Amino acid sequence: MPVERLQAAPVEPERRFRQDPLLVRVPLILTGVAIVAVLIVIPVVNVFYQALSHGVGTYWRNLAGDPDTRHAILLTLIVAPTSVALNIGFGIAAAWAVTRFQFPGRTFLVTLIDLPFAISPVVAGLMFVLLFGLQGYFGPWLRDHGVHIIFALPGLILATTFVTLPFVARELIPMMEAIGTDEETAALSLGAGGWQIFWRVTLPNIKWALLYGVILCNARAMGEFGAVYVVSGHIAGQTDTMPLRVQKLFDEYNNPGSFAVASMLTSLALLTLLAKVWLEQKTRREMAAGAQNGLEPAQSREVRLESL
Amino acid sequence: MSIAVKNVVKRFGNFVALDDVSLDVPHGSLLALLGPSGSGKTTLLRIIAGLERADQGSVLYHDEDVTRRSARDRNVGFVFQHYALFRHMTVFENVAFGLRVRRAPKSRIDARVRELLHLVRLDGFGGRYPPQLSGGQRQRVALARALAVEPAVLLLDEPFGALDAKVRQELRQWLRRFHDEIKVTTIFVTHDQEEAFEVADRVVVMHNGRIEQHGTPQEVFDHPANPFVMDFLGNVNVFQGRIQNGKIVVGGIEMAYPEYPHGESRAATAYIRPHELDIDRSPVDTSSLRAKVIQVNPNGSVAKVRLESEESELELHVEINLERYAELGLRPGDLVHVAPRRFRVFFPEDYAI
Repeated sequence: MPVERLQAAPVEPERRFRQDPLLVRVPLILTGVAIVAVLIVIPVVNVFYQALSHGVGTYWRNLAGDPDTRHAILLTLIVAPTSVALNIGFGIAAAWAVTRFQFPGRTFLVTLIDLPFAISPVVAGLMFVLLFGLQGYFGPWLRDHGVHIIFALPGLILATTFVTLPFVARELIPMMEAIGTDEETAALSLGAGGWQIFWRVTLPNIKWALLYGVILCNARAMGEFGAVYVVSGHIAGQTDTMPLRVQKLFDEYNNPGSFAVASMLTSLALLTLLAKVWLEQKTRREMAAGAQNGLEPAQSREVRLESL
Repeated sequence: MSIAVKNVVKRFGNFVALDDVSLDVPHGSLLALLGPSGSGKTTLLRIIAGLERADQGSVLYHDEDVTRRSARDRNVGFVFQHYALFRHMTVFENVAFGLRVRRAPKSRIDARVRELLHLVRLDGFGGRYPPQLSGGQRQRVALARALAVEPAVLLLDEPFGALDAKVRQELRQWLRRFHDEIKVTTIFVTHDQEEAFEVADRVVVMHNGRIEQHGTPQEVFDHPANPFVMDFLGNVNVFQGRIQNGKIVVGGIEMAYPEYPHGESRAATAYIRPHELDIDRSPVDTSSLRAKVIQVNPNGSVAKVRLESEESELELHVEINLERYAELGLRPGDLVHVAPRRFRVFFPEDYAI
């Protein structure tokens, strides 16, 4: 009798799974696989296939031999980390302000942080051109003082930072809300100053959320095309970032070159994905470790996973 | 260090959390702030700690005005209701935190943390993380952390609120002994009157942002200042009646009340605790009430008897000791006589509650 019961339990969910007739299941699964294949797997594989179609030697020459491509890679490696750094500062400051203080216009600020998600990147780029371009409001003044923003590195950083603005803040706000102020208050009562509280208490608690935001922010910053396209003026060897370079090479019918750069961007995307999966598993494991001790898992982890 | 709170007012929007509260806490005492939720007890504790700022009034530490001083500089040990342990730090680091931010030398930190972990009976737990501890252990880590900086005052917000009954009982007695050992002025907040009376040397009963009574547990329990305190400190039978010429008439019985010799009749309320009522098979005198036994519940050291008065259909709660209970052999449905040994009278118009 007990044996029967033990066996019955695991069988139950399986049977429910099998309730759908074959006629429904097979087409559904096939449709799913087909969509993923057509939209994701084939294009991604094709990028690498095209890039390497003329052999590894050509692939390497396409990347390293072309000075303009080299410069584009370098530029992306400057612009993206700079934007990420700026957004770490902004994200932490914004999340801190929004979750630790009550002030009029607080909800408005939260909404405003999301604005770059809603605005088309091209429009965002255009806004900066209209502000800082030669015909823009500050253009003449900037020109007189020898400051170049549009069609130069500062413009690229500005546009990229704008487009990626919400990523870090969006990750931190729910996290810091969930953690609450208890630990910070405790640190204060123990004699810690503002910076000590931040470095010793707040930052360790939000570090995974912050890292997650940084990964997403970085991926978006490297791949940004629209806003950067408008502000860069796409001057080869000067203001072309990797996505712009891909497009330019493609326009010049240099398919292997274009796909070589594209394959690098795709690799970065895959790396981002791996980092994201690793981070999710890590937080999940930590949560499970907490639960295993028969105690409530650290609240933060739960919320983290919900927000992912 | 003694603490004085002088005429403190605190509002949250339209809600008055503290309404002109003054309080003196003598050096080395263990004081309980007791009251229902929303009575302002936690707000008062946080104002004493400097975690909340009073709108008016002042807080003095040993005659020194600290009203404007930040919690950071008050040298107060605060134990939070949910402990607020640093979840990413080990127990050792949690306890060491206050010393680390003061840049104490490493050798001193090690020695002090070890000493404190021993004091709270958590030797060998230094390497654990807070989620790996039970509620009672976390509570003690929080206490050790608060004590690490040698605070002049120890403040605890509902220290046993989140623990189960058995652990709570143990920790209460432990806190009492612990205080006798370290002698630091301690204030704790609780809504549990039993806890306050068992642990504290002084009890402050709060209600609606005011202090209703302040005294030793004995004083407060035996001489409640008003109906609220009476009611809050445990079960009580309430009788509405009238008083005149040194006599009070409630629920069909008459009792002597020489404190009111006036001829003018006034509405009065008599409060009688369950253990202040006696049950008899036969009437004792005019001050006994005929009642029917509804339910008998011998529970631990006393038998709790629920009765209904014949005349007024008033429900009565009586506690008698087990010997008396065995002697009487009470069963539901029995008709008995109930007589008060003691009672307290309050005039309703004096206390609009």
